[in-house]
Amino acid sequence: MSGYTSDPRIRWTEWLPWLAAIAFFFAMPEYLSLGARVLIYILFALSLDLILGYAGIITLGHSAFFGLGAYTAGILGAKYGITDPFLQVIAAAAMAALLGIATGAVILRTKALTLLMLTLAITSILLEIANKATALTGGADGLSGVKTDPILGLFRFDIFGKTAFIYCLLVLFLGWLLVRRLIYSPYGAMLTGIRENTARMHAVGAPVYWRLVLVYTLSATLAGVAGALLTQVNQFVGLNVLGLEPSGDILVMLILGGVGRLYGAFVGPVIYLIAQDYLAKQYPEYWYFGIGLLLIVVVLFARGGILGIVDKIGAPWLQALSRHRSSAKASAR
Amino acid sequence: MAASALETQKLCKSFGALTVADNIDFRLEPGARHALIGPNGAGKTTFVNMLTGAIAPSSGRILLGGEDLTKVNQAARVRRGLGRTFQITTLFRKLPVLDNVALAIAERDRVARRMWKAASAHQEIIDEALALLSTLGLVDDARIKVEDLPYGRQRLVEIAIALGLKPKVLLLDEPAAGVPSQDSGRILEVLAALPADIAILIIEHDMDLVFRFARRITVLVQGQVLVEGTPEEIAADRRVRDVYLGEATHA
Repeated sequence: MSGYTSDPRIRWTEWLPWLAAIAFFFAMPEYLSLGARVLIYILFALSLDLILGYAGIITLGHSAFFGLGAYTAGILGAKYGITDPFLQVIAAAAMAALLGIATGAVILRTKALTLLMLTLAITSILLEIANKATALTGGADGLSGVKTDPILGLFRFDIFGKTAFIYCLLVLFLGWLLVRRLIYSPYGAMLTGIRENTARMHAVGAPVYWRLVLVYTLSATLAGVAGALLTQVNQFVGLNVLGLEPSGDILVMLILGGVGRLYGAFVGPVIYLIAQDYLAKQYPEYWYFGIGLLLIVVVLFARGGILGIVDKIGAPWLQALSRHRSSAKASAR
Repeated sequence: MAASALETQKLCKSFGALTVADNIDFRLEPGARHALIGPNGAGKTTFVNMLTGAIAPSSGRILLGGEDLTKVNQAARVRRGLGRTFQITTLFRKLPVLDNVALAIAERDRVARRMWKAASAHQEIIDEALALLSTLGLVDDARIKVEDLPYGRQRLVEIAIALGLKPKVLLLDEPAAGVPSQDSGRILEVLAALPADIAILIIEHDMDLVFRFARRITVLVQGQVLVEGTPEEIAADRRVRDVYLGEATHA
């Protein structure tokens, strides 16, 4: 929980995802490509959590930014010979930010269902543009032949996904640091205030609309970066980065993990993509059924997502552990 | 004549054919303890909503300290010193009491835009919030979630948030609404101890509270000012008694 009463220091449990990622890198080298994909979706989910979980902006159109980022990096790398990985990411971030501020300024004057439909409309329009502008995007065939230079001129994207995994992990780490800073800041506390009671935020003099436009733009930027990473790792962009489906997928991932908890964005994509990978191999036609079942169970029985369950079961245990540790410290003195 | 703290000039509001505010001329003096009363449907809430900027008047002007606010939006009015509380508790229910107040103080201090330094590292905000809470007897509840507080204390948090803005003018919209009568004494104590330099307009149904708190009273009936005066004058006014003791005497 962010805010004026919470300790912003990083707790030991918050290092666990990073330790797990490093352990994964060494333990499962044959799965690094899947791992990189998971990291990218974690960054995408993190950007969604910032607006949905903290500011309370509901959206079915977050793929607009992810997709625009993916196509920006892809078109630069395939059509314009701009193959520097950082330039591609920066350009993707800038384009996503521009779209974020331009659309946010219009749609954030609305809320609830209207907002939901407008966000969906925006990503659907982009999908249609990507579908029709075949000269740039390759249309339904996708954009292949995206070139990206080795990172820092040293680390080539290899077929095992080693470079991709480390690269995505570092970018995600930076994104996480930024988002975490933001939600523990006065701005983050203020966003929680808007989510909890917009009328009262108006009544304490907050320019709510501008504050939402800003956080929406930041979130769009992060989603754009995630999209660029996906392009660089796959060296390909398909239409499936835009429209309702990826927006819905990322929303499901976040809900599975837990909304407004920061780490729900970590847990959700891991569970979702591993389940997808496993189920799609076992039951190629019915794998969505498994995901659907999981979602229904979480929504019906665990409104806080998987992390909500962990909280309920784990909190007493963690408290006992910290009591034990502090009493051990006390007796050591 | 010195500038009023808050003033309306010929304020009108109609919804279609229904006029809910009819040429209201109203003055709130600096440091005032002023009550606005009137039967249900008199237009009190509409009047307050026009003052805060929640709805726009059909015509007329609103002045805060002599400055025309009629076209200024709600948040900007707050930043110029117009604070309010809500008749229906409007709080950050899932946040601790301290955060409820700190959010208001951070807006006033223009700290709320900061994105880097942790909120809890802004010790000056937290200290001010705690000091404010202790004047209201809420300091022991600072870390409790608002939704876990008894209702009477939630009403005090409502006032605490408004005070965190250090308003020049404070609109109290039925501060004792829904509070059991044995607890409304605590609210009156808090109101009586408010800083003398704040001009206060209270809208309240509890006549006991109104007559103990207010030094001036305005009676609103059918969107018009029926009469304004001291509590004694209002208590003695025959028209006011007619309005309150029921239209039945005229029927």
